[in-house]
Amino acid sequence: MAADMAGLWPYVLLVLVGFLPNEIWRALGLVLARGLNEDSELVVWSRAVATAILAGVIAKLILFAPGALAAMPLGLRVAAAGCGFIAFLAAKRSLFVGVAVGEAVLLAGGFLFAH
Amino acid sequence: MVTPRDFNSSGAAFFGGVRSALTSVFFLVLAGTYIGIGALAHDFGLGSWSLALSTVLIWAGPAQVILVSALGTGGAPLDVAIAVSLSGMRLFPMVVALLPLLRDEGRRLRDLLFPTHFTSVSMWVESLRLLPAVPRERRLAFCNGLSFGYMCTATGFGFVGFYLAAGLPPLFAGGLLFLTPVSFLLSTARNARALVDKLALVFGIALAPLLVHFHVQLDLMWSGVVGGTLAYGIHRLREAAT
Repeated sequence: MAADMAGLWPYVLLVLVGFLPNEIWRALGLVLARGLNEDSELVVWSRAVATAILAGVIAKLILFAPGALAAMPLGLRVAAAGCGFIAFLAAKRSLFVGVAVGEAVLLAGGFLFAH
Repeated sequence: MVTPRDFNSSGAAFFGGVRSALTSVFFLVLAGTYIGIGALAHDFGLGSWSLALSTVLIWAGPAQVILVSALGTGGAPLDVAIAVSLSGMRLFPMVVALLPLLRDEGRRLRDLLFPTHFTSVSMWVESLRLLPAVPRERRLAFCNGLSFGYMCTATGFGFVGFYLAAGLPPLFAGGLLFLTPVSFLLSTARNARALVDKLALVFGIALAPLLVHFHVQLDLMWSGVVGGTLAYGIHRLREAAT
């Protein structure tokens, strides 16, 4: 999506690289909907792989952070994520509490570091 | 227990679905997630309308985050397509689990095309929770309404995040960007009930930075396949041992 890409190419890219590889799994579900149950080994394995990929994306976003987030020290980003996770567990797996604590730690740390 | 509901018409069922979407916890989850994705898109130089289009066409947060961040850092299209595809595998069993709830006499394949495309984690979790209480002939309209409500929420908050990122001072812009990894981490952790999913989460987090450090090609695909298979292998060993 760089500035030098002209015309329709970004949209072609969106369809080829984003839409199709993702939609194909939904289409397969529609076509093959008979006979597959939630506990089948294929489903468990594919869920594990999808989870691991997402985990990798998360790790990369925290460790090799983009833009304004890169200005915050690596240790702070990791610590904020860690605190958020602990708060999430402590609050009985509350998404809201975990995100709030993680953000608070990051912002507080970022503020202290800049001063 | 979800109380049974009835609707006078398909239109009423559709709007019932929209209302359910806007009053559910997933409204907040999607708002927060897509504010983060909007900020991410802004930071990686993607246009706000391109993001909106990707939300409608792809309708999967993880795939969109991979697309924006990997392409934005100059990843080869093939690598990105493979990573996007692998992240989307979860959609297959979700569609398979959802469609039987929508089956009815006279239901044609083309009626199921929209629900199939609309299937995403939020929509799927809520549909499985709410549809059983809706009369079968109204379920399709209700499900479409639910999906429409969620999709509008996500698309709208994508714009909000995008323009917030453009205007905020660096500290808060950083905080906004942090929203995506933190909310994804916690929602994935929350959905990881079984050991195999928890292991996959840990292995994925551990492997991806290693592969990046050693400049391995297709690092997301490998961390996914190796991490996921390892987690699955341990799961099978435990099953065999009991």
